[in-house]
Amino acid sequence: MSDIKYILGSFGDPDEMMHGIEKLQENNISIHDVYTPMPIHGIEAKLGIKRSRIDIAAFCFGITGTCCAFALIYFCAVIDWRVNIGGKPSFALPDFIPIMFELTVLFCAFGMVLTYYASTHLFPGRAPRVMDLRATDDRFVIAVDAKDNVEHSVIDGLLKDAGALEIKYNERKYISYE
Amino acid sequence: MSGHNESILREPLITGDNITYAKITDDILSPVENKPNKAWWIGFIVASLGALLWVVAVSYTFWNGIGAWGLNKTVGWAWDITGFVWWVGIGHAGTLISAVLLLFRQNWRNSINRSAEAMTIFAVICAATYVVSHMGRPWLAYWVLPLPNQFGSLWVNFNSPLVWDMFAISTYFSVSLLFWYTGLLPDIATIRDRAVGTRRKIYSIFSFGWSGSVKTWQRFEAVSLILAGISTPLVLSVHTIVSMDFATSVIPGWHTTIFPPYFVAGAIFSGFAMVLTLLLVARKVLGLENYITMFHIESMNKIIILTGSIVGVAYLTEFFIAWYSGSEYEQYAFINRSTGPYWWSYWMMMTCNVISPQLLWFKKIRLSIKATWILSIVVNVGMWFERFVIIVTSLHRDYIPSSWAMFYPTWVDISVFVGSIGLFFTLFLLFLRVLPSIAIAEVKLLLKTASEQAKMKQIKEGHENKEYVAEYVESLEKFDSVKQEDYAKI
Repeated sequence: MSDIKYILGSFGDPDEMMHGIEKLQENNISIHDVYTPMPIHGIEAKLGIKRSRIDIAAFCFGITGTCCAFALIYFCAVIDWRVNIGGKPSFALPDFIPIMFELTVLFCAFGMVLTYYASTHLFPGRAPRVMDLRATDDRFVIAVDAKDNVEHSVIDGLLKDAGALEIKYNERKYISYE
Repeated sequence: MSGHNESILREPLITGDNITYAKITDDILSPVENKPNKAWWIGFIVASLGALLWVVAVSYTFWNGIGAWGLNKTVGWAWDITGFVWWVGIGHAGTLISAVLLLFRQNWRNSINRSAEAMTIFAVICAATYVVSHMGRPWLAYWVLPLPNQFGSLWVNFNSPLVWDMFAISTYFSVSLLFWYTGLLPDIATIRDRAVGTRRKIYSIFSFGWSGSVKTWQRFEAVSLILAGISTPLVLSVHTIVSMDFATSVIPGWHTTIFPPYFVAGAIFSGFAMVLTLLLVARKVLGLENYITMFHIESMNKIIILTGSIVGVAYLTEFFIAWYSGSEYEQYAFINRSTGPYWWSYWMMMTCNVISPQLLWFKKIRLSIKATWILSIVVNVGMWFERFVIIVTSLHRDYIPSSWAMFYPTWVDISVFVGSIGLFFTLFLLFLRVLPSIAIAEVKLLLKTASEQAKMKQIKEGHENKEYVAEYVESLEKFDSVKQEDYAKI
């Protein structure tokens, strides 16, 4: 029993899995993480995960883009090399707007997505940390840390009661490591 | 998602009675995990021959300069810019479907967004190649960037819409790519976890180590929503700026304020037509009738009627304003368009874009796959002629009658265009083989609420209003993937 690192409850239905989370929580069993093939709405609240602040990051990146675009155009067209086009003003703000808008979107999108990749540790070539290979297909998997929660038979029973199709005892944390 | 049922009045988005999460994965991944069939190979060979033609024609242009095209002193912009605007327009549907329809919570987008976005990216690649090849000296393409003064005494002209366009197209391409790829991560992970050996290793690299944990999904949804929010004005800005390439000039026929909304509507119109052209075939060949249903096809047809009618109103408004403005040059430009030497292209445009899409008001035509497919091609022919009419007919009769000229394409012009279609289809067919053509995770979201079997369960439970149920069953008649006899019993 001592080699077991994680107990996985593998559900075939998201509603039953949510029920399983409730059951475990009622019995003060802490949940390590949940792996699902699709986003489950309302699960963050259950597991006490805070609201993502990525929108704040997105806004900051976007406004940086606006400022960079303005600074670039202002420097080139107004400070560094004014071009006299029929005596029209060099500082023609309406003409600056399209590029300012485009760079706002560009900075916002790339800044936000790269922040997202960094904060969730996604990058090309990263070894996938997968506990159950079917969690990206048709199974909704609750992972419970076996070392912190010693009563394994209780966990087993609770998960089965909630409708788990399969209970797995993983001796390695991630089975996908080669 | 749990605990509440969707209204019975809404048509199902997934049909078929034994659909499980596993079946969705199997169905969608079957073209990726199995060897391609004959139809794919025939399509791929034809398309890659087209792409080869494109390589030859573009190389020929690079080697000899744009003198290889049929341009002359009067018509200095013709098939190149026509092809460019046509492809950029087609490239609008993907982002519109994935962004605008997400903001409006249109769940039917879930099964068509992935391939529409892929199509967008390939269409913008085709458009971008026109930009580079029409420069004449493509190895100096980086001169469009605002580079320091060592490259010459001037910066790029920030007052020029062509510079805005460079920023718009490159932003649009890179943001669309980012949106598409981020959405693909969970689906690539699905392929990875089902594959073995080298295949698994390759998909593992491209899956970025996706695990599907709670936090990853939570942030994924936040990121998708914000990307949709910023892509919506982006997609509108791109064709607006493309239209400004014309509208800010002083050429009669181009110098109009109606261009931005008119171009955007036209872009959505042609984009949806191209989505239909591709998906009606893909649905049949890949056996995806349960996921891309008649409801999806009808919805896209409705968008085509709407945007086609907006385009029609724009054509008439343009004509009216030309007369109402009292400017004789403007008036001449329009009379010349419809009755001059290029009258055939003007009426081709009018027929294909304004008259024939009105046939979609008839339910029978809207629900016929053959008719829809033919009309979708007619629309794209019409949209190509629209750009040709705007560009060539406005230029060919210059201010001085002695310089009036006609435009005749050379074999290079034709080959670049035909070849770009080949390139587009080559990329799309490769996409169908290596990546899932439908967003697997997003379709799974619909299974418990918006599928036919979920609604069937609702009816069998017997709490639904009888009239509503009757109306629902009636709405199922149009689906080619629903077995009517299942409903006869109830």
